Amino acid sequence: MTTLTTPTDTRPAAAGAAVVVDPATLPARPGLRDTLTQTLALAGRSLITMRRNPEQLVDVAIQPLLFTAMFAYLFGGAIAGGVSSYLPTLIPGILGQTALTACMATGISLRDDMDKGVFDRFRSLPIARIAPLAGPAVADLVRYAIAATLTVLTGLAMGYRPGGGLPGVVGGWLVVVAAGWSLSWIFTWLGTVARSAQSVQGISMMVMFPLTFLSNAFVPVDTLPSWLQHFVTWNPVSLVIAAVRDLLNDGQVTWHVGAALLGCLVVVAIFAPLSVRSYARKV
Amino acid sequence: MTTSQSPGPQLSPRTDTRPDTRPDTQPGDLAVQATGLVKTFGGHRAVDGVDLEVRRGEVFGVLGPNGAGKTTTLSMLATLLPIDGGEARILGVDVRREPHRVRQLIGLTGQYASVDERLTATENLRLFGRLLGMSRREARSRAVDLLERFGLQEAADRPLSGFSGGMRRRLDLAASLLSRPPLIFLDEPTTGLDPRTRGQMWDTIRELVASGCTVLLTTQYLDEADQLADRIAVIDHGRKVAEGTPEELKAAVGSSTLQVRLTDPARTQEAAGLVAGATGQAPTVTPEAGALNVPLAQADAAADVLIALRAAGVSIASATVAQPTLDEVFLTLTGAPTGAAATDQHENGEVA
Repeated sequence: MTTLTTPTDTRPAAAGAAVVVDPATLPARPGLRDTLTQTLALAGRSLITMRRNPEQLVDVAIQPLLFTAMFAYLFGGAIAGGVSSYLPTLIPGILGQTALTACMATGISLRDDMDKGVFDRFRSLPIARIAPLAGPAVADLVRYAIAATLTVLTGLAMGYRPGGGLPGVVGGWLVVVAAGWSLSWIFTWLGTVARSAQSVQGISMMVMFPLTFLSNAFVPVDTLPSWLQHFVTWNPVSLVIAAVRDLLNDGQVTWHVGAALLGCLVVVAIFAPLSVRSYARKV
Repeated sequence: MTTSQSPGPQLSPRTDTRPDTRPDTQPGDLAVQATGLVKTFGGHRAVDGVDLEVRRGEVFGVLGPNGAGKTTTLSMLATLLPIDGGEARILGVDVRREPHRVRQLIGLTGQYASVDERLTATENLRLFGRLLGMSRREARSRAVDLLERFGLQEAADRPLSGFSGGMRRRLDLAASLLSRPPLIFLDEPTTGLDPRTRGQMWDTIRELVASGCTVLLTTQYLDEADQLADRIAVIDHGRKVAEGTPEELKAAVGSSTLQVRLTDPARTQEAAGLVAGATGQAPTVTPEAGALNVPLAQADAAADVLIALRAAGVSIASATVAQPTLDEVFLTLTGAPTGAAATDQHENGEVA
């Protein structure tokens, strides 16, 4: 960047004054640091948009309140013999569910975004191919943070007293936010392969419902038929919820926490490269 | 040691005798060097073996009707679309093998504004500046600079939804110039702009070239190519049908024409006879308007015609020597005037 002209230059022509470079000296691929800066710049873009359209945050604001109250009064008596004794099971379950539904929107808005002209420019810029995908994903951390915070607050208001105390709650909160970010790569990938935002929505629903309801979120796993127990136990959402329960209720970092984080890592390791590949190929 | 340069040991002597043209131009001397570019969508060959050579510092125009394959060609050169066949080099860098390097050498302004509608003009330029590796401060000052240069400083912090088509296009071009790329692709830079804004855009493009940029632009406007381009390639149905300077293309189509209008339309036939005597060729006449169209082998012959009319005392209201327009060139090259170009223009409600 030593070839920049001075900023006092006022002729329009100078705006385009070609920099004489030897193409062979240019980097052949983006470096790690550049990739990080680019990702953060694009996350900033998403945050500006979020700030200007706060209605995008309605789902993460309303859903925790609605689902916590609804499921507590609906299932509390049947499953745990009362609302207050169900809350220690339910709150981590809702946290897991919210993380998943909150990141579903990532794929839908990405698909929507990719149809816009600005993505053509992103493609023509010398930036890492992952940056336009990872940027919005990073910005969406805000969504998971809002959803997780509101769910915990709703639980507290309904009489939930987490046994893990503040450290347990903070730990559980961090796991939920990390899980939301990791699982969002599944939907990012769907966003890059689907033809329209509507189809992303449809497919996402089909992915989301089995992952949330065929998990340990709302019911004890030992009440399920044994063939289903296998799926439920290894469902990444179950791993996350088990980890959050251990942290919130007991304040303990159990093997569930390790398994949950490992599961999240596996999801990212599979779906992030798939997303980049399909994005780079997209016309 | 010419044999050592042969790609294979089994070449017959005859193939070796063809002249080696490589030393004339080094790959790096050309801003764009494309050979046999092919792009297929389904079974349709949208680009069907296009060769392009754009020299450094020139404005090269790719002219063709809607759907001729102009944008597709540009998209392949700009790494937006994978190349299905052929080869392309940008300033010597292979587009297929080193797309990231190519992206550092080009600026692209698309047919549709490729800026973020939900950000302000300043936010857009700062974002792109950051993406290009500038520091926050550098990106900010560069944004202020460019907005001022493109007359957008007053709208700098307004959302783009309130921008006119011309303003968006200017912002788009400003974004393409952030990195001061040596090669700029302009895909139909003035499509949809009103004539005044179009003129401003032309001035901007001329200034770019004056500052040393190479410009490759596509257009479906013949006057635009004529106005801006040093050389033009005419594309139709995915193939290049002609290439040359605007003058060469016009000359290829034919001679110039003398258009004469008489003060007294009643003397049209008499004048036609005089003209035929002077040029040896009968003019086309419109007796009601007293107008004669005289084909000329050379523009000089116009004088002979005018002298003959003067000598006979035939008074003229106006006389113009016109070169054939690029419209005529285009129709001659791409086939019948009932072809795609004419139909498209009609559908767009434009007057050719």
